[in-house]
Amino acid sequence: MLGKLDWSAIPFDQPIPLGAALVVFLAAAAVLIWITLKGYWPYLWREWITSVDHKRIGVMYIVLAALMLLRGFVDAIMMRTQQALAIHAPGYLPPEHYDQVFSAHGTIMIFFAAMPFVIGLMNFAVPLQLGIRDVAFPTLNSVSFWLTATGALLVNISLVVGEFARTGWLPYAPLSETTYSPGVGVDYYLWSIQISGVGTLLTGVNLVTTILKIRAPGMGYLRMPMFCWTSLASNLLIVAAFPILTATLAMLTLDRYLGFHFFTNEAGGNQMMFVNLIWAWGHPEVYILVLPAFGIYSEIFSTFSSKPLFGYRSMVAATMFICIVSFMVWLHHFFTMGAGADVNAAFGIATSVIAVGTGVKIYNWLFTMYGGRVRFDTPMLWALAFVTTFIIGGMTGVLLAVPPADFMLHNSLFLVAHFHNVIISGVLFAAFAGFTYWFPKAFGFRLHEGWGKAAFWFTLAGYVLVFVPLYIVGLLGMTRRLQHIDMDLWTPWLMVAAFGIAVMIVGAACQVMQLIVSIRHRDVLRDETGDPWDGRSLEWSTPSPPPVFNYARLPHVENEEPYWTVKQRAVDDQAPEIEEGYEPIEMPRNSPTGFVTAFFSTLIGFALIWHIWWLAIVGFIGAYITFVVFAWREHGDYEVPASEVERIDRGTRAAQLAWMRRRERPA
Amino acid sequence: MSETDGRIEQALDHRDAAPGEERIEEHELAGGLAGYLLGFGLAILLTIASFLAAQTDLIYQPAVISALTVLAIAQMGVHLVFFLHITTGPDNTNNVLALAFGVLIVALVVLGSVWIMGHLNENMAGMTPHQAATMP
Amino acid sequence: MSDITAGRAPRDPYRLGRSHSHGLISATGHGEGGPASKFVTVAYGFWIFLLSDIIMFSAFFAAYAVLSKATADGPTGKDLFELTRVAAQTGLLLTSSFTGGLATLATHRRSMAAAQFWLLVTGLLGAAFLFLEVQEFATMVNEQAGPSRSAFLSAFFALVGCHGTHVGLGLLWLGTMMAQLWVKGFRPEILRRVHCFSLFWHALDIIWVAIFTLVYLLGVSS
Repeated sequence: MLGKLDWSAIPFDQPIPLGAALVVFLAAAAVLIWITLKGYWPYLWREWITSVDHKRIGVMYIVLAALMLLRGFVDAIMMRTQQALAIHAPGYLPPEHYDQVFSAHGTIMIFFAAMPFVIGLMNFAVPLQLGIRDVAFPTLNSVSFWLTATGALLVNISLVVGEFARTGWLPYAPLSETTYSPGVGVDYYLWSIQISGVGTLLTGVNLVTTILKIRAPGMGYLRMPMFCWTSLASNLLIVAAFPILTATLAMLTLDRYLGFHFFTNEAGGNQMMFVNLIWAWGHPEVYILVLPAFGIYSEIFSTFSSKPLFGYRSMVAATMFICIVSFMVWLHHFFTMGAGADVNAAFGIATSVIAVGTGVKIYNWLFTMYGGRVRFDTPMLWALAFVTTFIIGGMTGVLLAVPPADFMLHNSLFLVAHFHNVIISGVLFAAFAGFTYWFPKAFGFRLHEGWGKAAFWFTLAGYVLVFVPLYIVGLLGMTRRLQHIDMDLWTPWLMVAAFGIAVMIVGAACQVMQLIVSIRHRDVLRDETGDPWDGRSLEWSTPSPPPVFNYARLPHVENEEPYWTVKQRAVDDQAPEIEEGYEPIEMPRNSPTGFVTAFFSTLIGFALIWHIWWLAIVGFIGAYITFVVFAWREHGDYEVPASEVERIDRGTRAAQLAWMRRRERPA
Repeated sequence: MSETDGRIEQALDHRDAAPGEERIEEHELAGGLAGYLLGFGLAILLTIASFLAAQTDLIYQPAVISALTVLAIAQMGVHLVFFLHITTGPDNTNNVLALAFGVLIVALVVLGSVWIMGHLNENMAGMTPHQAATMP
Repeated sequence: MSDITAGRAPRDPYRLGRSHSHGLISATGHGEGGPASKFVTVAYGFWIFLLSDIIMFSAFFAAYAVLSKATADGPTGKDLFELTRVAAQTGLLLTSSFTGGLATLATHRRSMAAAQFWLLVTGLLGAAFLFLEVQEFATMVNEQAGPSRSAFLSAFFALVGCHGTHVGLGLLWLGTMMAQLWVKGFRPEILRRVHCFSLFWHALDIIWVAIFTLVYLLGVSS
């Protein structure tokens, strides 16, 4: 009846996961009870859960990402403290638990923290920047989000029901085959990644179509903001790379469930094929994360330097260059597997070449700041920290791209330090920067600067204190994923790293405080004009928060910086744009399709993990019925009447006019 | 959808063709029923040619692989042109570029994997069945 | 007038004359004319999805190419593949692609009877294809040549089975869509779905061309 599931799945004998699960469960229950007592369910259902508004979905992605970021961060704290305590000692995490911790850390951080954060920002900002009202397929967008949430939910269920994979964040075969991993850990990994992967793929399709087919009139390709270009490249990579992940994990699933021999030791299976295929996805994945981050930084450097982005066209070229070449470097993740000198050399050179694209971008950012009036608000601080630290990470990357050097450094903490160096400054800082930058647009008030700066400095200091020592112990020969340590040489550095993570905890606490303080003081921090940073692209021409339809009239774009032009013209003429008539606007109706799909996919995923076949069939039938019900609905759109559009737009114009009167004519 | 919308769409649709949308006049080569018939005929011919190349000695044996590959690519082209109505017109640029990107990735993944795995296999010391059986 | 025939046979189909509206260049390929029509958007989105699907197949093709010699002393393709059946399958799928095209032409004429008839024929041909494939798989499993016999057979079953699964899902979609077409008539959203289905069906045929060449014909001839 319940497949492999019974009471032994719950680790009553292990206090740490059980206690953690209890805390999470109690916190979740408290939140749910609070929502129920306050009577917020109808509001949440109407305005958020069933919403197909790209802004709302973007916000929900970021909430999910922030929660998972905390979860992954707790894993990181456990690893750092374990390695600091387990010197000539067992530490407090037994090996099988420690293995789950580092596997969960990587999986959660990449798939459920970094990806949703980046996708959330793209979802929120791209349609606004393109001057349009929603993405190409709004309901599909909601489905994507809820599938991602399903994956995150399954990973977190594994904390208490069963176990998580002990194979690292990429379940290398044959370790992940049933012979060596008979438990449900790898199955949790497989199904949660498959389900959220479908969501990610659909997002990719959605945003590529949006960017290529739906833009405001006049917004030619070379007038799109940089963030839209990098989002396009990133989503093209999603569309091209995620199917490979799906196929590879499907092969592993077939091995595990139906006795296939893709990656087994027996019957001709080839483990190296797994490594090959997974990295054919894995390397583009790096750029899926970092390209939108580059876009965010481009927006921020330009806005806070009060200058157009330097070398816009070279930036576009560099972005598309990286997009293509990122598919030609995947072997550098397994130089040491022994493909031989010619193959290694080819991929080593390709890897070094891809750094050129990034180099172009770095120079463009520097020249954007050059001669500009640089304002050091929190987003700009994150961007500056990115440029300085990312260069170090990039250079250690080029070092690792040299196959002979890689033979010495692979699998060491030097490598771990390298990819954390690039991914934290590249993606995480960008996520924080973008979060601070677009927060006023989403909620109508700015985040508190003081707490933001505190969070920035503590996070930066902690990050340097953690990863510089890891570079050093890596060079001293320490390999990754060690549960206990018997080398005194490494001790001081591991202690520094442990101290660094404490500093990062302070940084994270500051982030949380910043949010709390900002919400409490939202009236002081209110953004009246919709343009808190003196922005240059179209999203700042809308009020904060934008109405559901974003634009009362689709803007007409005449150059690369449409809103800047409009502002300058308005200030020069001391008059706003001429008011035209209003027309009713058709907007997509809310739909519970995404949520219901996620409900059934959770059933399917959980059932397949525990071999509860009947439940899986129920889930599939439910999913099909959901699909048919959605396909059969009569009205997908509703109309916002012209009078309503006019009422909302009048308010915006009044606020903008007031701002313009305050602003002096530029000299 | 109201009539007004239909008119607006018609006006807008001049710019880009949807993938698979047939914009060719019926009297043109790949248009209408004649186009489907022609495509069907060509596909049948190419299929027969493929099977003949593989089954008979019409083609010099070592060249069979190349012949089959060429015939397969030709048939895919026939499908793209006659069934999916892909043209080189500017209204199809987006569609063709997306297709080209896809083909590039497919080529990189398949050829790259074959190249890498070929070298890996070559460099791997082979195991005797006895060694394999007694492996720890 | 629905949007599916919109834009057919305009005087200057590619806007080479570059007529200016709103002072913008709205010639093709510049993307400056504002949002595309729903029909173009949906079809393009589905086109992108199809590309991702084909890339997924490419991973299975890569696995097959790498593992096709790993027979673990078991049967090889030469021993197992029956080209008569493959030829029949190819004929069925190719014909169904053709009848799918005829169904598209029927929707252009807004002829419900013809559209339903050709869609039904397409579906039946697809079902016949699927039946032959299931028969082939069953025969092989009975001959102790199932997917767990060797890595070669794992890769074979996964690749061909993945295509078969797509055909099966396509049939499910087709059935649902035919019912919708019957109940709701030629509404724009239904026409968009019919169009996407025909894209899907032709793409599956293209993948089958690769399968019968690379898997069956090369498997037998080498």
